[in-house]
Amino acid sequence: MASKLQKRKSSSGQKTSKRGKNRPTLTVGEEEEPTNMESLGHPEIYPVVLTTKTQEIFNCRIDEDITDEQPYKLIKKEDILADFQNRAAVSDFYPVKKVIQEYPGDEILLVYDKDFKYGLNFYLVGTEEGKENYLNAPEIPEEQEEYKEHIPEEICIYKAPISKPWVSLGSEKEIEEESVKESTKKITYMISRKRHQFGAPIKFSDQNASSVKDAYIECTAYPDKNFTLRQLEKDIGMQVVPEVKDISTQTRWTYPKNAITQYHPREFSEEEKETLGQAKSLTDFLNNVSISVEIALQQNEIMNTFIDDWKCLAEEEGTFGDKTDTHLKEYQSFTDLHNLTEKMITCVSWHPVIYGLIAVSVAVRLSFEDRVHFSGKLLLQPSLILFWSFSDPIHPQLMLESPDDIFCFKFCPSDPNIIAGGCINGQIVMWDITAHADRIENIKTGGSRSKKVTLKPMFLLEPDSNKEAMYIRHCAVSSIENGHKHVITDIHWLPDTFEINRMGTVFENRSGICCQLVTCSADCTICFWDIRPQKALTPQPTEKKKEESIEIPFDVPSTFLHLDLAWKPLSKIRLSKGETSLDHCPTKISLSEDHLQYKAQDKMLAQSKAAKVGDMNPYQNLEGGLANHLKPREDFCTKFFVGTEEGEVIYTDWKMERDSETGRLMTKKPVSLYTVHDGAVHTVQRSPFYKDIILTIGGWNVAIWKEGVMTGPLLQTSCAPKRYTSGHWSLTRPGVFYIGREDGYIDIWDLLEKTHEPALSQNICITMITCIKPWTFSAKQQFIAVADYYGTLHILEIPWTLSHPSANEVLSMNYYFEREVKHLEYVDQRKKIREQEKKEMQLEMEKKKAKTYQKSKEQLEAELKMDYESYLELERSILVNLGLIKVSEKVSYMEMM
Amino acid sequence: MAEVEETLKRIQTHKGVIGTMVVNAEGIPIRTTLDNSTTVQYAGLLHQLTMKARSTVRDIDPQNDLTFLRIRSKKHEIMVAPDKEYLLIVIQNPCE
Repeated sequence: MASKLQKRKSSSGQKTSKRGKNRPTLTVGEEEEPTNMESLGHPEIYPVVLTTKTQEIFNCRIDEDITDEQPYKLIKKEDILADFQNRAAVSDFYPVKKVIQEYPGDEILLVYDKDFKYGLNFYLVGTEEGKENYLNAPEIPEEQEEYKEHIPEEICIYKAPISKPWVSLGSEKEIEEESVKESTKKITYMISRKRHQFGAPIKFSDQNASSVKDAYIECTAYPDKNFTLRQLEKDIGMQVVPEVKDISTQTRWTYPKNAITQYHPREFSEEEKETLGQAKSLTDFLNNVSISVEIALQQNEIMNTFIDDWKCLAEEEGTFGDKTDTHLKEYQSFTDLHNLTEKMITCVSWHPVIYGLIAVSVAVRLSFEDRVHFSGKLLLQPSLILFWSFSDPIHPQLMLESPDDIFCFKFCPSDPNIIAGGCINGQIVMWDITAHADRIENIKTGGSRSKKVTLKPMFLLEPDSNKEAMYIRHCAVSSIENGHKHVITDIHWLPDTFEINRMGTVFENRSGICCQLVTCSADCTICFWDIRPQKALTPQPTEKKKEESIEIPFDVPSTFLHLDLAWKPLSKIRLSKGETSLDHCPTKISLSEDHLQYKAQDKMLAQSKAAKVGDMNPYQNLEGGLANHLKPREDFCTKFFVGTEEGEVIYTDWKMERDSETGRLMTKKPVSLYTVHDGAVHTVQRSPFYKDIILTIGGWNVAIWKEGVMTGPLLQTSCAPKRYTSGHWSLTRPGVFYIGREDGYIDIWDLLEKTHEPALSQNICITMITCIKPWTFSAKQQFIAVADYYGTLHILEIPWTLSHPSANEVLSMNYYFEREVKHLEYVDQRKKIREQEKKEMQLEMEKKKAKTYQKSKEQLEAELKMDYESYLELERSILVNLGLIKVSEKVSYMEMM
Repeated sequence: MAEVEETLKRIQTHKGVIGTMVVNAEGIPIRTTLDNSTTVQYAGLLHQLTMKARSTVRDIDPQNDLTFLRIRSKKHEIMVAPDKEYLLIVIQNPCE
């Protein structure tokens, strides 16, 4: 404690000495501790004050012994000790007595502190080291100073700091603030207690703090705003690092599937196939396997196990439906009311493309003599082909004019705007109605005009009121001299798949259009015509044209101008009967590849094919077709059927052959000829379902032929009660055909039902039916056009049963025809057998005769008599039976027995 | 070689047979009576179907094996006779 006080005092003394340099207060303190400059960093330095007396004693008088050059003095220790003894406490060295006593060395360094650096005017260095340092030290700083201030080369003179008056810079305030002082006076309390209460046992008791009032004082916590700190600064370290994400997923594993991609199928080359084929393994395999395969195949052949018998049953019943459904229903009828002369319809043709359009050719109902008689009157009346449409039953849509009555005409299969017709005078007439095509195409839309169909009498009708009667003149007629000389009975367009040259050889038709015609006429010739201009003949026609330049009306298209009046047939075939002059007079022909006019689809194809060629109507540019070099088709069947006026059916060839004798082109002899019909054959038609089945109708019966079967017709019906005047196959049912009779009845034959008589007979009109033409518009609508002798065209609708074939009708018909063929063969064979038998019988007969020749005369006579008697009896019995002889009952009875 | 052809011809001349073909184990045709594209198509498809059918039969009973496969369709019947190395495919029209 005391030391602490001492230290404090000494420190305060130090402080005070530091503070007040002009008041060096000497603290004559205790003897224990001398002051040192420890606080200043020099613990060996002890400041002392030396009075003048002391200075004289020790010879360290200021400015005499101790100068600026030598501010120190080495004083011997003994001297100081002696001084102590002399002056004891008065000695100036008394404060540092201990240091001196403890000083190891002999001489103590005493330094004159001129500047009062350590507070007093002298100081003592208490250690040897310090002494050494002091003695040696000035050299070093001097050296340092010299080193530092080498350049100025000035020796720094040490100047002791001059004491200045204290200037307060406010540091004492800081110290005051920092120092701890007692602000208030301490209060003393004296608490006393009586003595006997001391040490008494203490009684503690519990007390609920909340029950007693003011037993406790709460110091609740409250948020002191002084202590809520908001951190305004934050020390955060940041670093740019690449962001890395680690994600993993689990795929759903499904079962592995085989997937194959292939661009080309793998195939073996021929050699590989050969080598493989020869491998023994293949042979063995086939041997093993073929057995089971053949069993399976045979199973299928024996019976079709998957047939639904119930369904098949239902279909069969349909054919034997009730009769009421099988009647043809009248749909519409057309009559030309404008022309008063009695006309008959000679030919009917449906428009191949447009729905509801039908063309009819009318001719005057006069016999040849009457024609000649009334020829003048006839010339004034135009011969027409009328176009009727369903929408207008009174006014024909178009009327095609021709120089004379048309007996047959046909639409061109590849272009329905071209019509070719055969005249009564042997000319072929061509029409081109392309210009008016839009008129007839829009018939359906123009039906509003004829909605109110009122029948006005002739005299009230103005020709231009309802519709302009469009008379379209013909484009071209054939040459009169070179063509036919008699009425053209049949005209056909050759299909666009082939064409013929003058020899009759068949070529490929490159032009894609029908460009050839074939006609047959009553002058016993069949002619082939080509509508394209013949290049070889061009010089001629031009000359001819110069001679007779006929003014052609401007509204006639010039499609066939080259043909007009100069048209020659390509080749002529004369159906000669050999040496006799009477030739066959063909009435109808049927070509092997007759263009199916029944299918409109084919037509569209053909039309599109033609359109592709030149994007313009190929008929406008017919010359182009001739230039093509065509290649001949060798395997084409050039045979065709001809029906004649005598009722014969001829199967002949149109290819010409060179006669070996004369060297001219001769027609070949007919392959076969049959006289089956009793009258002129008016229908020779191929079945739409079978290419080789032909129907011929003529006279009173019908015959069906198969091409290739030369023995005879497959079917020949018995004579009908009425003459047959027209006929046609059904377009949808292979076993059905329609026959028109001369009494206005239509006989519908169904070969699957009955072959000896028609299945149905229906009355249509009162007069002879001249033409029958069925036509299919859709699966549900099938019409049949029936033309009669009085000029009326009836359109009838074919019922479902007649139009819809049963399930395997085609097949059944095929079987039927095959059976018939076999029957014919059988008949043929039987004929042979019969002949054989006949021969044998004849031989036997002769043998018998040879035997009986040797009989005697009496025997002969006896035999004769026997014969005579038997004859008499026979006569008697007959007469009795007749009742001419009266006989007694008994006898007669006996005889009668 | 001749035997192979003869057997195939015998099968082909059965009533209603449209086509016959012999295919190897990978589905590449060796002999055929039909045109190439049809053959290739039939061979590829039927080969896969036969493999599938065979694997089905064997899955159910490993001791079993496919002997014959007949596919009846509306228009015709396809018969496949499988073997270790080859396949004989016959297409027949059962009802005329």
